[in-house]
Amino acid sequence: MFDQPLSKLIFGRLTWDAIPFHEPILLWTFVAVALGGAALLGALTWFRLWGYLWREWFTSIDHKKIGIMYMVLGMVMLLRGFSDAIMMRIQQALSFGDSTGFLPPHHYDQIFTAHGVIMIFFVAMPMVTGLMNFVVPLQIGARDVSFPFLNNFSFWMTTAGAVLIMMSLFVGEFARTGWLAYPPLSGIAQSPDVGVDYYIWGLQIAGVGTLLSGVNLITTIIKMRAPGMNLMKMPIFTWTSLCTNVLIVAAFPVLTAVLVLLSLDRYIDTNFFTTTLGGNAMMYVNLIWIWGHPEVYILILPAFGIFSEVVSTFSRKKLFGYASMVYATVVITVLAYLVWLHHFFTMGSGASVNSFFGITTMIISIPTGAKIFNWLFTMYRGRIEFEVPMLWTIGFMITFVIGGMTGVMLAIPPADFALHNSLFLVAHFHNVIIGGVLFGLFAGINFWFPKAFGFRLDPFWGKVSFWLWLVGFYFAFMPLYVLGLMGVTRRMSHFDDPSLQIWFEIAAFGAFLIALGIAAMLIQFYVSFRNREALRDHTGDPWGARTLEWSTSSPPPAYNFAFTPVVHDNDAWWQMKSHNYQRPTDGFIPIHMPKNTGAGIILAGICTVFGFAMIWHMWLVAAVSFATLLVVAIGHTFNYKRDFHIPADEVTQVETTRTELLANHV
Amino acid sequence: MPIKVLRGLLLPVVALLLSGCSTVLMSPSGDVAVQQRDLIITSVLLMLVIIVPVILLTLLFAWRYRASNKKATYEPDWDHSTMLELLIWSAPLLIIIALGAVTWVSTHKLDPYRPLDRISAGRPVPAGIKPLIVDVVALDWKWLFIYPEQGIATINEVAAPVDRPIEFRITASTVMNSFFVPALAGQIYAMPGMQTTLQAVINKPGDFEGFSANYSGAGFSHMRFTFRGLSNADFDQWVAKAKAGDELSRNAYLQLAKPSENNPVHRYASVDPGLFKAILNECVEPGSICMDEMTMSDAQRAAHPPAQEEDADMSAMPMAHPH
Repeated sequence: MFDQPLSKLIFGRLTWDAIPFHEPILLWTFVAVALGGAALLGALTWFRLWGYLWREWFTSIDHKKIGIMYMVLGMVMLLRGFSDAIMMRIQQALSFGDSTGFLPPHHYDQIFTAHGVIMIFFVAMPMVTGLMNFVVPLQIGARDVSFPFLNNFSFWMTTAGAVLIMMSLFVGEFARTGWLAYPPLSGIAQSPDVGVDYYIWGLQIAGVGTLLSGVNLITTIIKMRAPGMNLMKMPIFTWTSLCTNVLIVAAFPVLTAVLVLLSLDRYIDTNFFTTTLGGNAMMYVNLIWIWGHPEVYILILPAFGIFSEVVSTFSRKKLFGYASMVYATVVITVLAYLVWLHHFFTMGSGASVNSFFGITTMIISIPTGAKIFNWLFTMYRGRIEFEVPMLWTIGFMITFVIGGMTGVMLAIPPADFALHNSLFLVAHFHNVIIGGVLFGLFAGINFWFPKAFGFRLDPFWGKVSFWLWLVGFYFAFMPLYVLGLMGVTRRMSHFDDPSLQIWFEIAAFGAFLIALGIAAMLIQFYVSFRNREALRDHTGDPWGARTLEWSTSSPPPAYNFAFTPVVHDNDAWWQMKSHNYQRPTDGFIPIHMPKNTGAGIILAGICTVFGFAMIWHMWLVAAVSFATLLVVAIGHTFNYKRDFHIPADEVTQVETTRTELLANHV
Repeated sequence: MPIKVLRGLLLPVVALLLSGCSTVLMSPSGDVAVQQRDLIITSVLLMLVIIVPVILLTLLFAWRYRASNKKATYEPDWDHSTMLELLIWSAPLLIIIALGAVTWVSTHKLDPYRPLDRISAGRPVPAGIKPLIVDVVALDWKWLFIYPEQGIATINEVAAPVDRPIEFRITASTVMNSFFVPALAGQIYAMPGMQTTLQAVINKPGDFEGFSANYSGAGFSHMRFTFRGLSNADFDQWVAKAKAGDELSRNAYLQLAKPSENNPVHRYASVDPGLFKAILNECVEPGSICMDEMTMSDAQRAAHPPAQEEDADMSAMPMAHPH
């Protein structure tokens, strides 16, 4: 290492060849991104927003602002992930017979890898974490999470991972291995380029954020609930968040470990997953799915929580079967660890092992089925209002059961031998991830948006977006089920059989409908912002909802609750309202709050540099940035100015303003 | 509105079901695939017992209990019913008990390692019939088939007599692939350094598509082969045709194993007899040590440490210095 010239130690294997000048698609994307980015940065400078962003957002340790930043990150990455999706759909619709489409395998293989990685790690995860961050402390009557600085740091680490993945688009290339990077294909012999290294370091850095955020939210839920809120009085969304974070804390270290082993194989020639010298790639597949299967429940459980809140709010009714909902969630949490092998029945485990994992997988559908029935009977004898969040929920209930059914089909090992790795499988997991997780997140965004910003989202464009997504989903994925039954396998960049083409064209049409659905959603944000005065929520409780977050103003004050509420029921706010609860209007005392800090964004920035240096073998840069990381992290522990008090006068002033608002509008 | 929505949703579903019936997985030509097809259909029917009512009830409740329908009963505090709770837990439970039993039995019966006991429904394997052995190697990016009994080998084409059980012994050269002929039987992974097995039988003559069902790199899309179901006479002729080809020596294999795409069908008249075992143990290249020998010698060394002078000194040390 040390006999290399200095330039090699600084630049590693990074040369001008790494910039894709020769690929027109990438080059034009780069030009567009560069122009857009420059325009954005220019606008921020012109409107003098840098200071505001830094003080109020980037360095903020307010869980509400961090939650919103997570959502913004997820939305931006959704656009990237969806661009990949639509390129794949177009490629597969075109690439038949003599036509090879517009993407060579080298590029296509990066795209399907990036699509999976981005959608799971940088769209679904940030959005789920964002909603939990925003909602959970408010729902349990807390002023912030347990470790506010850690929360900010977690967000920026997730962002740092996303930045590295995005850089791979224009500097070097991304992995061509599929989203789980199975060796030996992801080993150094088969993938000597930087792609897999981008994958590893992007996920490792983001994984630190995810894990810490999990620790943070578990502690928050366990330790910071308002008096009276025992476990069986927690709102269902908080329950599902608790279970999800337990899963995160138990599962993500496995991912970290397996990626460390893969890195050792790639960087210092160990043989954990090679086929020679005693290595075994099957071990990787097992380990990554021991993380990977809990991961899908990490995503879906909070979505179940959102649907539970939405369905009881808009049915104007208590949630049916609260206790069985809680038990179902816990059962799913436990079972999530006993099913990983169903992702590779075809590896040739014995019949007894395969049936064990097949049957445990099916057992998960029992609590899931119970949940569906609970939502159904919450609607029964309710007064259902078809606001946008409720539409997403009904769309989910119908779509998700189909995905559940195909999932159980895949859980029968001999049936899986026929359907594994086919487009049927692709259709199945999009059926549950779009129909479950994404619909849930969109329901959640429409539901809690007024709480976060003080005005509702425009319902018209919300409905347009819902119908386009719903119809687009069926057009895009039902043909994939059929293609799967035709024995068409996934990840193909070219087809010989012309009779398949029509199905891919229908699927591409569906993807375009979804694109319009995304556009409608962006228009919805814009229109709502423009009409924000008309859509303003003065009461803090625009939906007539049931849980504590709706007892605060919209948006809530920095301290959330001037006095910690006392809880008597799992629908705490509903119960308070029905007992003619009176807001306290005087006697406020100073509130002890944590102070903003730039340490999170600075540490994550250094981590990005470190990750980039490791990817490109810039050993000197890596060593320096790692040393800097340690120094800054230790330095931060000497920062004792971490808290302050909001003076009683200020609290009184904020609360009086709200009292006046309520008097004028209720 | 719900009637319209219902029709809108059902029409494509019916169209999909109809188009699904004629697909290769739903009308296969090998007995194993036929049983897998039956399993898929059984499980779907079992689950529809619960899925269809749920979808219909969702639409019905959404319509009936809409806020504008003031005639419908409204019970804002009704949130528990022991009877209903029992029902909503036990209904899926019963379905899963049934499916679980089906799963246990079928997984053991259709275990790809288990020798076949029937050629097709009602036709047991005749006594004395041994399965045709085919050694399969997934290469970058083509398929090599070795017939140890016949002494031949082929690239991207594999054939078998109709109604004779086949035993595929499967491995790969560098990365993971999955060996899949949808008309014949479900897939199984092809992994370097490991051998998997697939027992199958073809019941109809014809040419069927085979391919890798696990992404394996740049040439993956074209990693396809033809599986030919032939009558006994045609199969003998097919073997004879191969006998006119060239020889697959270890050197020829090393050339062949280099990455290439869209390889035409090729036939080899003879094969180096130890080739498949050498591929499996990653020691085709001259001078390389076979994995099985390496693990065996490791095991022996562990069991009987060599009594060299150096080692003798080492082992004497703990005696002199107990700590």
